[in-house]
Amino acid sequence: MSQSQAIAIPGQEPETVRHTIEGDSHTINFGPQHPAAHGVLRLILEMKGEVVERADPHIGLLHRGTEKLIEHKTYIQALPYFDRLDYVSPMCMEHAFALGTERLLGIEAPERAQYIRVLFSELTRVLNHLLNITTYALDCGAITPALWGFEQRETLLEFYEAVSGSHYHANYFRPGGVAKDLPAGLEDKIAAWAKKFPDFLKDLEGLLTENRIFKQRTVDIGVMSAEQAMAWGFSGPCLRASGCAWDLRKSQPYDVYDRMEFDVPVGTRGDCYDRYLVRMLEIRESLKIIDQCLKQMKPGPIKLMDNKIAPPQRGEMKRSMEALIHHFKLYTEGYHVPTGSTYSVVEAPKGEFGVYLVADGTNKPYRCKIRAPGYAHLQAMEVLSKGHMLADAVSVIGSLDIVFGEIDR
Amino acid sequence: MTAPVPTPQDAAVTLTVMAAVASDSNGAPITPSNVPHSGAAANPTAAVLAARFGDAVIRSEVIWGETTVFVTREALHAVIRFLHDDPGERYDYLVDVTAVEYRDGARPIEVVWHLRALGHRRFLRLKVELPKRGPLWVPSVIDIYSGADWLERECFDMFGIRFEGHPDLRRLLLWEQYKEGYPLRKDFPLTGHVEVRYDSEQQRVVYQPVTLQQDFRSFDFLSPWEGMTTLPGDEKVHLNRLEGPA
Repeated sequence: MSQSQAIAIPGQEPETVRHTIEGDSHTINFGPQHPAAHGVLRLILEMKGEVVERADPHIGLLHRGTEKLIEHKTYIQALPYFDRLDYVSPMCMEHAFALGTERLLGIEAPERAQYIRVLFSELTRVLNHLLNITTYALDCGAITPALWGFEQRETLLEFYEAVSGSHYHANYFRPGGVAKDLPAGLEDKIAAWAKKFPDFLKDLEGLLTENRIFKQRTVDIGVMSAEQAMAWGFSGPCLRASGCAWDLRKSQPYDVYDRMEFDVPVGTRGDCYDRYLVRMLEIRESLKIIDQCLKQMKPGPIKLMDNKIAPPQRGEMKRSMEALIHHFKLYTEGYHVPTGSTYSVVEAPKGEFGVYLVADGTNKPYRCKIRAPGYAHLQAMEVLSKGHMLADAVSVIGSLDIVFGEIDR
Repeated sequence: MTAPVPTPQDAAVTLTVMAAVASDSNGAPITPSNVPHSGAAANPTAAVLAARFGDAVIRSEVIWGETTVFVTREALHAVIRFLHDDPGERYDYLVDVTAVEYRDGARPIEVVWHLRALGHRRFLRLKVELPKRGPLWVPSVIDIYSGADWLERECFDMFGIRFEGHPDLRRLLLWEQYKEGYPLRKDFPLTGHVEVRYDSEQQRVVYQPVTLQQDFRSFDFLSPWEGMTTLPGDEKVHLNRLEGPA
């Protein structure tokens, strides 16, 4: 605080100026290189002693202009950008864009493709929640869950690799279906994994759910009521932890979710601990869906037969001139999407992930607005952490499941 | 709050309700293949708005089963306030705020609000059209939805649309000193205007105008086969046609 001097005016008594300086109040920079910031979050915390007075998240350090780039790419080229948004759950991001493009083209993926998509959406959910729960526990001082969880994630990422050739940047869900059919034997492998995975969940829950330290760090921290959560635009596990049973897989089912039987776990208190519990229960629901998908899935085509939208078979291209031309046209010009606009949405592991697509009749999206769930969650950081200790701000960030790929876009 | 919001007390009821499949009037599930491009059933809210706000509601349209209502900028705040508070509507969830600019200079910029009523399971899109030459501002709805904060700031950041009434309208994704314009406008080049590099002579990071090592490639993918009716060397083909060369 600046020091001002009492000005002595001749003939008058100099006025006494009194300043109060609070030595206890200070501002700290949390991140962008803090391990608990889950990426490049720069959080300016105004502290009063150990208590958070204000929290101002500064974002944009990972801003890559995805929306602008997509406007300059064809629909096929735009799809891989979605893997790079929420890089912890890539296939769910692709799903939203694939559904939007399908809606604009007025097409629908074949049944088997829809099952594969639902199957992999749920595997992605397990993948995402495993990462979140374990790193969240790591932020709260528990190291073992992260070591165990990442080993399990490796198994799941191998399923990713088996279908798409890549652990993360899958580019697997395409408008009109999926890129390739499941390789032989993968269904059995997934079924075997789903059978023994609950054992691991039991171990993980044993480490955390009744853990005294974990509960002290999370119970009654960052409480959000249902009305508040809706006003702040929360979605996914964060909204459900606050007691609002809203799940897009139930309320507007896409693909074959309407044939799946599963429950929507709902929290009661809306604190950090409830957000953990909801995620934990969601993993079990995902396993149910995975089971049903594997049982109901039948052999069949995995993408549209229309070679104007889905590429022809490789073998066919060796024999058929028409297939070769289709392949060439598809990967250079792409397909033209009729004028229109749609907001397509999926229940991504983090919440409502939506794509507002505007098509102008050319082969490139005219405008593509991406609605990321984490964006809404992070802006409530101040409400959630106000009045809590600094260490609780770490729990809050962990419980919100922040990934900067989708927030900064 | 009296909204028909699913709360834990009636969670069991909610779950049974939500297990119902989204279906059309015939009971068939709504899928991309059975929703027509235009002419699907409109969201009933559109009619309510037209009746209540009269001239302030310019028009409404249904594309791919999603209802869009165009309102005037002056009425927007009152419309959203009504949608949020009215017990019959109760749009309690602001999904997104964004804008769409068209290359056509005469066509106005559209500011888009996506609203959702969780209880009624309705989805509504509101649009305000702003002529490009006029002042680019719309009212802020941050007093209705707290979550509008960053959505409006991002829209300001990317399009330069001012949200009047927003208490802290700063750039969000870009840094506050950014002076080069609004990146999602169509006249903003994909490459930007300024590039950054480390200058080893000056031993510091320098900013300079963008220099491209090769020309920016933007292919016009409109097929020549569709635009051209006479192929080179193929002029005689028209002699056999009735319509003659174009």
